[in-house]
Amino acid sequence: MIRFRADLPFERDQATRFLPWIVALMVFLGALSLAAATAIGSVIERWDTNLTGRITVQVPAHRASPETLARLVKVLSATPGITRAKTLDAAATRALVEPWLGALDADLDLPLPAVIDVETAAGTVFDVNLLAGRLMKIAPGIVVDDHREWLAPLIRMARTAEMIAFAILALIGFTATAAVIFATRSGLAVHSAIINLLHVMGAQDAYIARQFQMQAMMLGTRGGIIGSIAAIAVLLILTTMSAGIDIALLPSAPLSPIQWPLLVIVPVAAVVIAMATARVTVLRALAAMP
Amino acid sequence: MLRFENVGMRYGIGPEILRDINFALEPGSLHFLTGPSGAGKTTLLKLMYLALRPTRGLVHLLGHDISLTPRSELPELRRQIGVVFQEFRLIDHLSAVENVALPLRVANIKQSTIDSHVRELLSWVGLGDHLNAKPPTLSGGQQQRVAIARAIINQPRLLLADEPTGNVDDHIALRLMYLFEELNKTGTTIIIATHNETLLKKFSYPVLRLNDGELNVVAKRPIHVEATL
Repeated sequence: MIRFRADLPFERDQATRFLPWIVALMVFLGALSLAAATAIGSVIERWDTNLTGRITVQVPAHRASPETLARLVKVLSATPGITRAKTLDAAATRALVEPWLGALDADLDLPLPAVIDVETAAGTVFDVNLLAGRLMKIAPGIVVDDHREWLAPLIRMARTAEMIAFAILALIGFTATAAVIFATRSGLAVHSAIINLLHVMGAQDAYIARQFQMQAMMLGTRGGIIGSIAAIAVLLILTTMSAGIDIALLPSAPLSPIQWPLLVIVPVAAVVIAMATARVTVLRALAAMP
Repeated sequence: MLRFENVGMRYGIGPEILRDINFALEPGSLHFLTGPSGAGKTTLLKLMYLALRPTRGLVHLLGHDISLTPRSELPELRRQIGVVFQEFRLIDHLSAVENVALPLRVANIKQSTIDSHVRELLSWVGLGDHLNAKPPTLSGGQQQRVAIARAIINQPRLLLADEPTGNVDDHIALRLMYLFEELNKTGTTIIIATHNETLLKKFSYPVLRLNDGELNVVAKRPIHVEATL
């Protein structure tokens, strides 16, 4: 166990006994909030990268002759802002409907529409209706699907959720700070006789503050370790459970391997906040002494 | 060494506890401070060891006008003052060695120096066999000696003792007085607040007599020892 040499009998404090558990709870909730915010951020980035900047053109099966498809691809490729237009082959088209219809036999003659996957240059804004009108002249009945139309509100919602997760993280930080202030003030009251004695002996304010700071570091570290272990356990369970889920729009795990180390920020921040809060609280209180 | 000029002190909006206190202590002197209970002795001592600031008047200590001295410089001045409290104020969870070492620790003295000085001093006051004893396990007289050792460990220039003989019999009170005289001979300026009439009669040091917040100096036989610190 972490120990340090203190002039003040902190081990007798009733108020500080619960501080490690409060910090543990804060770190646990904070780590989960950070994980949620990070995971949501990853999803948004994935949607942004994979789905925006793309348009899909569906051509009814009865009009999807190779010549028509070639003409459509030619028109699309010649349109300013479109960087690539490519007809998906039959296997790729079957794969698109697989989540709904299951694996389709290649010999099964289902009238699936032909799909042209179109990539647009970043930042290009299209009038989809105008583009559709031009393509309709070649192949009536086609559908032009701009992913941005349905993706934009989804991304807005995800961004809001991400901001809420960060706001919760900040609230947890404020609550932890308030808990440390309360515990430190309580400690100042409990140990006022010894603090007065040290003051009379010529102790600098920083000498006394350092003792509270070290105590806060010790308790914060204990709480941080407990909270981190609990949060990691929960996230590992979620990772294991999500491993079997395969949904195109969602990540396969809450956190990627490179995101796991980010969780260290939470207990470290908790310890730093606890130390700084204790120090400032004590220094402000001692400043009132002669 | 220490000079009070027209010092007055009141707590909050209450009446003045001390009024127009004027006196000056020469370096190396020894004075008694006496007066009836409630006369303001403890308040006067607190002003001397800088635990309080006067509501009016000037306090000059060790060449500093306290009212003009920045707060950040006061700890250095306090380290030159030793205080023996009436109720000892030892820290129960620390050993005798650790209690006596405190003034050196707050002054950031090296641990090896602290260890040797503290053990030597505790042996000198007759507690060489109780170095690691916690205060609650020591007798009243032993606790008093630990408190005195703590007050003098950093060789203060001014030693203030608040009723140091209040909890001991006359025999031990005399021994403590001899100990204070020994310290005084090394140049430490000493003020002993006491009600002990036996001591006041036996020792002919000047007396600061407080009565109803006012101070009179009764010079019985001024003692001046050349300061060596």
